[in-house]
Amino acid sequence: MNVSKLIVRSNTQVSERYWHMVVDASSISEPILPGQFFNIKCADELTPFLRRPFSIYRINKQEQTIEFLYLVKGLGTQRMTHIADGDEVDVFGPLGEGFTLEERWDTILLLARGVGIATLAALAQEAAERNVKCIAILSARSKNDLLAAETLQGFGATVYHVTDVAGTSSVENVSSLIEQIMSDTDIKAAFTCGSKRLSKLLQMITREQQIPAQIALEEHMGCAMGVCFACVCDLREDNLIRSVRVCKEGPVFDLDKVVLTS
Amino acid sequence: MTELKLGVQIGCLSLKNPIMPASGAFGEEMERLMDFNQLGAVVPKSITKYPRGGNATPRVCEVSAGMINSIGIQSKGLDYYLEHTLPYYRKYETPLISSISADSIDEYAEMAEIIARNEGVSAIELNISCPNLKGNGQVFGMDPNISYQLVKKVKEVTDKPIIAKLTPNVTSVQEIALACESGNADGLNVANTILAMAIDIHTRKPKIGNVMGGISGPAVKPIIVRMIYQVRQVTNLPIIGCGGVMTAEDAIEMMLAGATAIQVGTASFIHPLAMLDILEGIKEYMNMYNIKDINELIGQVDIPAQKVSVNS
Repeated sequence: MNVSKLIVRSNTQVSERYWHMVVDASSISEPILPGQFFNIKCADELTPFLRRPFSIYRINKQEQTIEFLYLVKGLGTQRMTHIADGDEVDVFGPLGEGFTLEERWDTILLLARGVGIATLAALAQEAAERNVKCIAILSARSKNDLLAAETLQGFGATVYHVTDVAGTSSVENVSSLIEQIMSDTDIKAAFTCGSKRLSKLLQMITREQQIPAQIALEEHMGCAMGVCFACVCDLREDNLIRSVRVCKEGPVFDLDKVVLTS
Repeated sequence: MTELKLGVQIGCLSLKNPIMPASGAFGEEMERLMDFNQLGAVVPKSITKYPRGGNATPRVCEVSAGMINSIGIQSKGLDYYLEHTLPYYRKYETPLISSISADSIDEYAEMAEIIARNEGVSAIELNISCPNLKGNGQVFGMDPNISYQLVKKVKEVTDKPIIAKLTPNVTSVQEIALACESGNADGLNVANTILAMAIDIHTRKPKIGNVMGGISGPAVKPIIVRMIYQVRQVTNLPIIGCGGVMTAEDAIEMMLAGATAIQVGTASFIHPLAMLDILEGIKEYMNMYNIKDINELIGQVDIPAQKVSVNS
């Protein structure tokens, strides 16, 4: 982890609510892993005050760039859209623990909703590089929010879309879709991000099927480096509840251990 | 260029420079960012006797030029602190100030005595002012008599310098400062966070899980500068200024108001290297004004002869 001023190669609106930023990462020497994040200073002023955490969307080793796909939601992300190509952006990272892909996992399932799709896209990229077959269920409000789906297909993933607009995104529908995929394919591990409802569903299914699963959690953060204990969640291990920091021990955790309260 | 003298003194504790972290905004995790030997002191997060889970989330929220937090001193307990935290910092030559929080005067004394016996503890900061532990932000440091008794009792069990961290949530910070001085405190930290609240107007819910929290960041700095100045008027005890320092200018302002040393907290969340940048900025300021010894700044605010007297 380090604080760097990186040059923005491009920062463009890609759909009604989503923006895409590419930054030059040639000055970052440490490895950047899918599931890790950067804490970004969205503006020079004191308001918005805190940095905002963004998971990595794509890692381009040859071009030495990294990409973020972000949902414009509040003051921080609104201000981030003002950053122009060629500007410097103050980033702190890479932070946290990323996803783990074990050698023997030759087929994996990704279940993502909303901006969580961006987080799993980085994993799909890694999976493609390692010849791991990737099946993805992507959930969003509308087709318009599913732009990253093309990226995943670009990595060779088999992609299923479900949306609120089409009425296909209910937990029941996603549940039967997962069942169908799991009966057709020998899924070795599953990964999720972006929806508590879907995470709970996947937690239930993967426990039943005894399939290893990981979740990338999203949380409001203070320091993002493990010192302030603002972003905590509970893990259940050996029937003991343990409070852990999303920014430090996470944001990726074993799905089985995470206590998902609604 | 002659060497600048940056060393300051808090009681018998010598610091090589006045910049240190504020408790709760610093930890071992930051070793990858900076060499802790560059700091005036290290202050690990407040420790409680027994493990504490901390408060409900969300524990932080952003406000204009600041943030509100209600962490609730998530703590692994004194055992872990003695077995892990203190030994970790022994590899650094920088003095360590132990911040402690307890539920009673006796427990403060008990913890202080145990901690002070351990190698590598240079001073103890009594966190008698965390607003996030009891209802309505009630703390020991709001009552002058309790503050006096508490500091006195701790001073009886250890020879280590004792710093009382004051709460700003009082009518007269001077009264509490004097009470701590009477209890033989070696220094005063001015101050902890200011009790605050924020509401999401769309959900109508408080933005902090614990409803209220403590505000920190640049928004509070003028209040803290005023309090340092007020405390300085009634006591010569060394003051550690704490609240909203983001830059060297902010640190110098607090020193002019009367602070001997400066704690940097929230600024590290925005600029993880803030402490080192502030130290460099102080050196530049000293060079600019040909100040050889940083102690020449302490309390040197130039108050004009009062032209208007305010009588009630």
